[in-house]
Amino acid sequence: MAGSTPASATASAAAERPQPGPWGEAWRRFRKHRLAMASLCVLGVLVLAVLIGPFIWTAPIDEIDFSKRLQGPSWEHPLGTDDLGQDLLARILYGGRISLAVGFAAMSVAILVGVIVGAIAGMAGGRVDAALMWLTDLFLSLPELPLLLLIIYLFRDSLVGVVGPEMGVFILIVLIIGGFRWMPVARLVRAQFFSLREKEFVEAARALGATRTRMVMVHILPNSLGPVLVAATIDIAAAIIAESTLSFLGLGFPPDIPTWGRLLFDAKDNLDFAPHWAIFPGLAIFLTVLSINFVGDGLRDAFDPRRVK
Amino acid sequence: MTPAPRLLEIENLQVHFSTDDGMVRAVDGVSIGVDAGETVCVVGESGCGKTVTAMTVLKLIAMPPGRIAGGRILWQGRDLVPLPPEGMRAIRSKEIGYIFQEPMTSLNPVYTVGEQIAETLRHHEGLSRRAALERAAEMLRLVHIPNPHKRIHDYPHQFSGGMRQRVVIAMALACNPKLVIADEPTTALDVTIQAQILDLLNEMKERLGMAVLLITHAMGVVAETAQRVVVMYAGKVVEEAPVRSLFAAPRHPYTQGLIRSIPRLDLAATEHKRLEAIPGTVPSLLNPPPGCRFAARCRHATPECTAAEPPLREVAPGHKAACIHAESLAA
Amino acid sequence: MTSYLIRRLLLMIPSILGISVVLFTVLAMAPGDPFEELATNPAVPPEVRANLRASLGLDDPIHIRYVNWLFAMLKGDWGFSFVSRIPVDDLILQRLPVTIAVIGASQVLALLVALPVGIYAATRPYSIFDQIANTLAFVGFSLPTFFTGLLLILLFSIHLDWFPFVYRTQLDSTGWQWWWDQFRQSIMPVTVLGLFQGAALVRFVRSAVLDVIRLDHVTTARAKGIPERAVITRHVVRNAMIPVVTLVALQMPIIFGGAIVTEQIFRVPGIGSLLISAVLSNDTPVIMAVTFVFACLVILFNLIADLLYGWLDPRISYR
Repeated sequence: MAGSTPASATASAAAERPQPGPWGEAWRRFRKHRLAMASLCVLGVLVLAVLIGPFIWTAPIDEIDFSKRLQGPSWEHPLGTDDLGQDLLARILYGGRISLAVGFAAMSVAILVGVIVGAIAGMAGGRVDAALMWLTDLFLSLPELPLLLLIIYLFRDSLVGVVGPEMGVFILIVLIIGGFRWMPVARLVRAQFFSLREKEFVEAARALGATRTRMVMVHILPNSLGPVLVAATIDIAAAIIAESTLSFLGLGFPPDIPTWGRLLFDAKDNLDFAPHWAIFPGLAIFLTVLSINFVGDGLRDAFDPRRVK
Repeated sequence: MTPAPRLLEIENLQVHFSTDDGMVRAVDGVSIGVDAGETVCVVGESGCGKTVTAMTVLKLIAMPPGRIAGGRILWQGRDLVPLPPEGMRAIRSKEIGYIFQEPMTSLNPVYTVGEQIAETLRHHEGLSRRAALERAAEMLRLVHIPNPHKRIHDYPHQFSGGMRQRVVIAMALACNPKLVIADEPTTALDVTIQAQILDLLNEMKERLGMAVLLITHAMGVVAETAQRVVVMYAGKVVEEAPVRSLFAAPRHPYTQGLIRSIPRLDLAATEHKRLEAIPGTVPSLLNPPPGCRFAARCRHATPECTAAEPPLREVAPGHKAACIHAESLAA
Repeated sequence: MTSYLIRRLLLMIPSILGISVVLFTVLAMAPGDPFEELATNPAVPPEVRANLRASLGLDDPIHIRYVNWLFAMLKGDWGFSFVSRIPVDDLILQRLPVTIAVIGASQVLALLVALPVGIYAATRPYSIFDQIANTLAFVGFSLPTFFTGLLLILLFSIHLDWFPFVYRTQLDSTGWQWWWDQFRQSIMPVTVLGLFQGAALVRFVRSAVLDVIRLDHVTTARAKGIPERAVITRHVVRNAMIPVVTLVALQMPIIFGGAIVTEQIFRVPGIGSLLISAVLSNDTPVIMAVTFVFACLVILFNLIADLLYGWLDPRISYR
C-alpha cells in the first residue's frame, strides 16, 4: 500500500512515486470485483456526462415555456419538462456538476481535517491523543442533520452577503458536510500511525536519522492511504446524499439553482401528474451514490486482502 | 472368524483444500489405527497435515474449502465419511471427545464454564439444567479445579491458561467418550503447566479407560505418553512404530532428525553436543515434488528417492517406514 | 453491573457538556442577533429592547451566558416559539412520542429484516443468496430516504391507492378502525426508514457473524455434537450481537437524519418536521431546542447501547 493517490491534498503532494508492485496487486484484486468494475464504468459515464454533456445538449436550463409545462419524455425533451416548461435533461446535467463538486470538495475537507487530526493524535500520543480522540468521539455522536440545518440557518445570510448566493451556499455546505465526516478518517490515520510506528522500515528510517516530519510525509502517510482512499470514496457518496437532503428540504442552494435534491423538492408536489420530474433526478442521485459505494467496496477488497472472503 | 474391528481405523485418508492458488493435498493417503485404551501419538512439523487428519475424524474441517477426497474413517467398524451430519453429531463428544490447542480461544467468552460443560451433557445425556450443572462441577473436580461448585459460575476470562485447558479437558471428557483426540493440548501453555496438563491427561486415561489420539510436534511429549507413534511429513505417514522401537531404532531419516532435535538436559551439560535442526522447509503441498517428499532435506537421499514414491512397508515386526533405505539406516 | 452503570452515567456528563459547548459556540458565533426582528420592528422602542436584552442576559460575558444557557436548557426552560408563542418544551413533548414511535418501529423492522438475512448470508458466504442480499443491501443504503419516500408514495398512494400519503394526527375513526388507520398511515414512513436502516444492518450483521463463525470456540461447539442450529444461534449469533450493538449505536445520528427527512415527506408530526418548519420560519428557540433534544437522544441511545454491551459481554462488566 505504498505510493500516491489523489485522495488527499496534503498527502499526495508529498507521496513518493507509486511502486508498481502493491498498486498493481490492489488493481488486480479490484478488477476481480465485478460490480465495482461495472460501477467504475457507470461513474465514468456519469462524470463525463455532467462535464461535457452541457456542451452537447445545449438546451438552456432556465428557458421558461409555459406551453410545454410538465411534459413527459419526448424527442425534444428526453427527460421531460417541469412546471415552467424548463428542460429537465439540461437541468439534471447542470445539477450533477453541483452534486459531484460538493461531493469531491466536502470529501477533500473531511480527508484534510481527518488526516491532520489523526496525524497529530498519532504522532503526539499521550494527552493530546486522548483529547483529540475524545473530540472525535464527540463529533461522532453529534446529530449531523439537525446541526447542519442549524448552522445553515444561522450562517447562510451573512455568507451569502459576502460571496454571493451560489458560492456562499457552496462553501458553507462543503465546510459543514466535510466538518461532520472527518472522524472515521482521523481514527484510521491514527490507528495506522500506531501500528506503523512500530514497523521495521519506519524504525530503520528513524535509525538513519530521518526527521519526524519527513518520516510522516514519506513513510507513514503514504502507507495509510489505502484505507483512507476507501473512506474518501464513501465520503463522496455521503456528501452527495447530505447535499441532496438539504436541497430536498428546501434549505440548500437557492431555488433557481437546479441541484438534484432541489429538483426532487420542486417535483414532490406534482408526483401524481408528472412523476418523471421526480424519478429522473432521483435515479441520478441513486445511480451516482450506488456506483460510488460499489467502487468503495471494490477498493476495500483491493486494499485489505485479509478481509473476510 | 473376522477380527473385532479396531476402535478407530483411518484408511488411506485424503483431504484436499481448494485455495486461490490451486488445490492443496493437506492429507494424502494417511492410515492410522487406534485400539481401545491405547495412546497413539501423531508427530510432525506444523503444516504436515496432522491437525487436519484429527479434525477430519469428527468432520470439523470447513467443507468447503476442505473436502474428503478419498479413504475411510472406520469408527468401531462403521465408516464415518458418508455419515450425515446428524449421525456425526451423535458421535461428537458422546463417543469421541476433542481437546483443542488454544485454551484461550476455544471457550466461548460469553457463557460460564459451567454452562458450556453442561451444554454437552444436556444434549447427549438429556440431563436437566440443574443436573447437568452438578455434573459439570463434578467434572471440574475431576480435573483438579479447586472450588468447582463456585467456579462453574465463572466465565472463561476469569481462568488462567492452564486452568482453561483443564476446563476444556473436562468438557471433552464430560460424556465419558471412548476416544479423546487431543490436538497439541500443551503447545499454547507455559512449560511448567505443560507437564501438569500431560499428567492430567495420563491420569484421566488411567481413571476413565479411554483411548487417546495425541497430536503433537514435540518428541518429548511422545516419549512420555504414547504407546504407539505415527510420524507424519508433508501430508503422509512416513513411519509408524511402538514408542520403544521408534526411539531405539528410528528407520526414517525424518524421524531420526526429529529425535536428534530433542533438547537433552543430561547430555547438553557434559558433552556440549549441539542441538541438531533439520535443514530446509516442508515442501509445498500445492505441487509436491515427485518421489519421496523428504528427499530434498535428506542427507541420505539418492537418485532413486525422487524416482518413485517410497511405500510405507513393514521393516521390522510392528514397525513401518516409508523409506527405501530403511534397512541400511537401521543402525 | 451497578458500578458499570454508574460509570457509564458519569461518562455521559462530559458528552452532554461537549455537545452543549458545540451548540452554544455555533449559536454565539452566528452573525446577527436573534432579536434583530425586534430591532427592525418600529413598534418596539430601543429602551424596551435594551431592557429585554439585559433581562435575558444577552450582554453578559460569554462564559456566564453559556452557564445560564446550559442551566436553562437542562431545566427544560427553552423559551417560547417565535411563531406559535407556545412554550418550546410543550411543543416538543407533544411531538416527541411520534418521532420515538416512528424510529422505534423502523428499528424493529430493520432488525427483523437484517438479522435473518445477514445471518443466513454469512452462514453461506458467496452463495447466490449472499450475493443477492449483498447487492440489495447496497441498493438499499444507496437509495436516499427522500427518494424512496417519493417512490413509495408514487407506487402505493398514487398508483395503487393503498395507503394515504399524508400522516394525520387526528384520525376520525375509533376502536379497531383507529388502529387499522394508524397502521396504514404508518406503514410507508416506517418502511422507508426501516429498509434504509435494515440495508446497512444486513452488512453489519453479516460481517460480524462472519468474524465470529471462524473463531475457535465455534469449532469447540461443533465438536460438542450440538445441532448446527444451536451452534449458530447460541455460539455465533449471540457473540456477533456484541459488535452489532456498537455499530447500531454509531448509526443513531444517521437514523435521526433519516427520520427528519421521512417525517417531512409524509408530514408526520414529529420533532423532525417541527425542526424543518422552524428553520423555514426562522423560529430560533425551537431550532435550538430540537437540535439539543436530538443530541440528548443520541447520548441516551449510546448509553442504552453501552448497557446492552455490558449485558451481552461478561468481560466488560467485570473489568
